[in-house]
Amino acid sequence: MSDVLAVTDHRRGELRDVSYELITAGRELADATGGALHVAVISGTVDEFAEKLDREGVDTIHTVDHGEEFNHDVYTQTVTQLYDELAPQYVLAPNSVNGLDYAPAVANQLDLPIVTDTVDLEADGDSLTATREMYGGKVETTAELSGDAVVTIRGAEWPAAEGTGDASIEAFDVDIDEDAVGSTVTGFEEVGGGDVDISEADVLVSVGRGIEEEENLEIIRELADALDATVSSSRPIVDNGWLPKNRQVGQSGKVVTPDVYVAIGISGAVQHVAGMKGSDTIVAINTDPNAPIMDIADYAIVDDLFDVVPALTEEFQ
Amino acid sequence: MKILVTVKEVATVEDEFEIEGTEIADQYLGADLNEWDDYAVEEAVQLQENGVADEVVTVTIGPEDCEQTIRQALAKGADRAIRVWDDSLAEADLLDVGAKTEILSAVVEAEDPDLVLTGVQAGDDSFGATGVSLAEEIGAQWGAVVNHLEHDLEDGVASVRRELEGGVEELTEIELPAVLTIQTGINEPRYASLRGIRQAQRKPLDVQSLDDLGVEGSAVDSELELTDMYEPESESDVTVWEGGADETASELGELLREKGVAP
Ligand SMILES: Cc1cc2nc3c(=O)[nH]c(=O)nc-3n(C[C@H](O)[C@H](O)[C@H](O)COP(=O)(O)OP(=O)(O)OC[C@H]3O[C@@H](n4cnc5c(N)ncnc54)[C@H](O)[C@@H]3O)c2cc1C
Repeated sequence: MSDVLAVTDHRRGELRDVSYELITAGRELADATGGALHVAVISGTVDEFAEKLDREGVDTIHTVDHGEEFNHDVYTQTVTQLYDELAPQYVLAPNSVNGLDYAPAVANQLDLPIVTDTVDLEADGDSLTATREMYGGKVETTAELSGDAVVTIRGAEWPAAEGTGDASIEAFDVDIDEDAVGSTVTGFEEVGGGDVDISEADVLVSVGRGIEEEENLEIIRELADALDATVSSSRPIVDNGWLPKNRQVGQSGKVVTPDVYVAIGISGAVQHVAGMKGSDTIVAINTDPNAPIMDIADYAIVDDLFDVVPALTEEFQ
Repeated sequence: MKILVTVKEVATVEDEFEIEGTEIADQYLGADLNEWDDYAVEEAVQLQENGVADEVVTVTIGPEDCEQTIRQALAKGADRAIRVWDDSLAEADLLDVGAKTEILSAVVEAEDPDLVLTGVQAGDDSFGATGVSLAEEIGAQWGAVVNHLEHDLEDGVASVRRELEGGVEELTEIELPAVLTIQTGINEPRYASLRGIRQAQRKPLDVQSLDDLGVEGSAVDSELELTDMYEPESESDVTVWEGGADETASELGELLREKGVAP
C-alpha cells in the first residue's frame, strides 16, 4: 500500500509543534505515493488532541486512549498494531527524545529499515530518498531505500500544517500486553533553575568548546562584564561542569531570543541552534569559516577567539 | 553483574575538506572515540568501582585500525574488548541500524550481559537508533537518552532519568536486562592514567568475524544506500568582518553600540 502513518508527539497535556510538521511531511509523501495520510495520537486527552490535529491534508486520525503520558512500550505495541491494520508504506515519527525511544523498536519489530533525523524526503514510487546531515552538520547526505520504512523527521524543517481539515476520527482498539510493558514513568522534573534566567537577557555572550579550558572562561566573563551582558554556553561547557545547567542554550537547555547573541567557539549543532535561532542579531566568532553556525549568523569574525575576545573587551574598557 | 558497552571509533573532519563520491577524502579525516560512548564507558567503570558490576566488556564493529581508539576504553577500566570485523563489512559504504543490530545482538547472545550501555548517538552518522533497536531485537527493556542512573540495581530495576527537551527530565523505572543509551554529562569521563594505558595493552581484545558469531553475510546488507554527499548550500547572508583582531573587534563593538546594547 502507499499510505503514510504519522505518529504525533505530546507531553504533559500539550501537543508538541513537530506533530503539525509531521502532518506536512506526511501529506507531501502521501501525495507522492498517491496514498492516504493517517495520523495517530496515542495516550493523553486524545479526543481533544484529535480536534487540533484535524488540519488540511489529514485523511484519518486514529485515537488511542491508553494512559496519560508517553510510554515507549505502549507506543511500540500500538504503532506496530496500526501498521498491521493499515499497512502503510511509511511510518513517520518525530526525531525527538521520545521518538527515538520507540521508532527504532517499531522498525526492528516490523523488520523495516529506519532512517532518522531526516531534513528532506522525496518519494518516487517504491523508493524513498532521505536527506540528512552527517558530522555535526558539516555535510549533507542523501540515502535511498526501497519498500516500507520507518522515518523520523527533524523538528522545524517542515512548516506546520494549517487550516481545518475534515478527517474522520476513529478510535483504534489497541490490545496492549501489559506484561510486556517493562518501564514505568514515575514523574517529571524541571531542571536548570537558579539565580539567572538567560532567556531574559538582552545580550548573551555564549561560549562553546572552542574555549578549551575552564580557566579560559575568565576572558568570556571579562567580556560579559565589560558589555554588561550575560554569559551562556553550549552543552559541552555544562557537561564539563564549568557552568551550571541554567546557562545552557539549546534543545535540552533554554530557548533564548536576545537582541544580540554572540556565539564564541560554538559550531552550531542543530540541538544548539534550536535554542537560539530566534535571536535578533547573531554574531559568530569561530576559526572555521564553514561551521554550521555561519548559516544562521548575521555577522561573523573568522578568527581565533583568544585574539578577538580580549580585543573586544578592551573596546569597552 | 556483567555490563556490555558498545563503543565506536568515529571519524572527525577538519575545517577544510574535500568530498570524494559519498565520502570525505581520507586526508581530512581524524579518528576519536565517540563522545557519547566515552560517557557510557565511564558509567560502566563507575558501576564496577561501586561494586555493582563484576565485569565490563566493550564491543565495537570496526577494522583493525580502530584498535588504538578502542583500547582507550580498556585504559579507563573496561576489562576486555571484542572487535567484530569482516571483509564483507569493509566493502559496505554504510552500515545501517538494522545491520548493526544484527551484529550486536549476536554478541549479546554470546556474552549474556545484564546491562548494555550505548551512546545516545555516534557523532559521525548520528542515527541515534541502534541502542533501542538492539534492545527490541534481544528482548530486553530500554531507555533512550539517559542522563542519570541510580547505582542501586539490586531489585532488577534501573532507576533512570531521561533527558527530554526544554530542561525537563523524565524519571523512569526500567526492568533489567536493559539497554540504556547514555547522554553526555551523566558523569565526568576520566582521563586514562599512564598505568591504565600500559595495562590496556595486555587486556584481551578478541576479534570476531561474522562467521564466528553465526551471523549470515546477507543479514548485514544495509537496506539504506548512501547516494550523495555534499556541503550544504549556505542560505546565509552573513557579513564577515575581515582584518586583524583589533579591526574585527572594533567592527563588532560598533555594531553593539549601534544596537544600543553596549555601554
Ligand atoms: C539529545 C541531544 C540533546 C542535545 N542538546 C543540546 C543543547 O541543548 N545545547 C547544545 O549546545 N548542544 C546540545 N547537544 C549537543 C550538540 O549535538 C553538540 O555536540 C554541541 O552543541 C557542540 O557544542 P560546541 O559547538 O560548543 O562544540 P563543537 O561542536 O566542538 O564546536 C566547537 C567550535 O569551536 C570552534 N573553535 C575551536 N577553537 C576555536 C578558537 N580558538 N577560536 C574560535 N573558534 C574556535 C570550532 O571551529 C568549532 O566550530 C545535544 C545533543 C543531543 C544528542
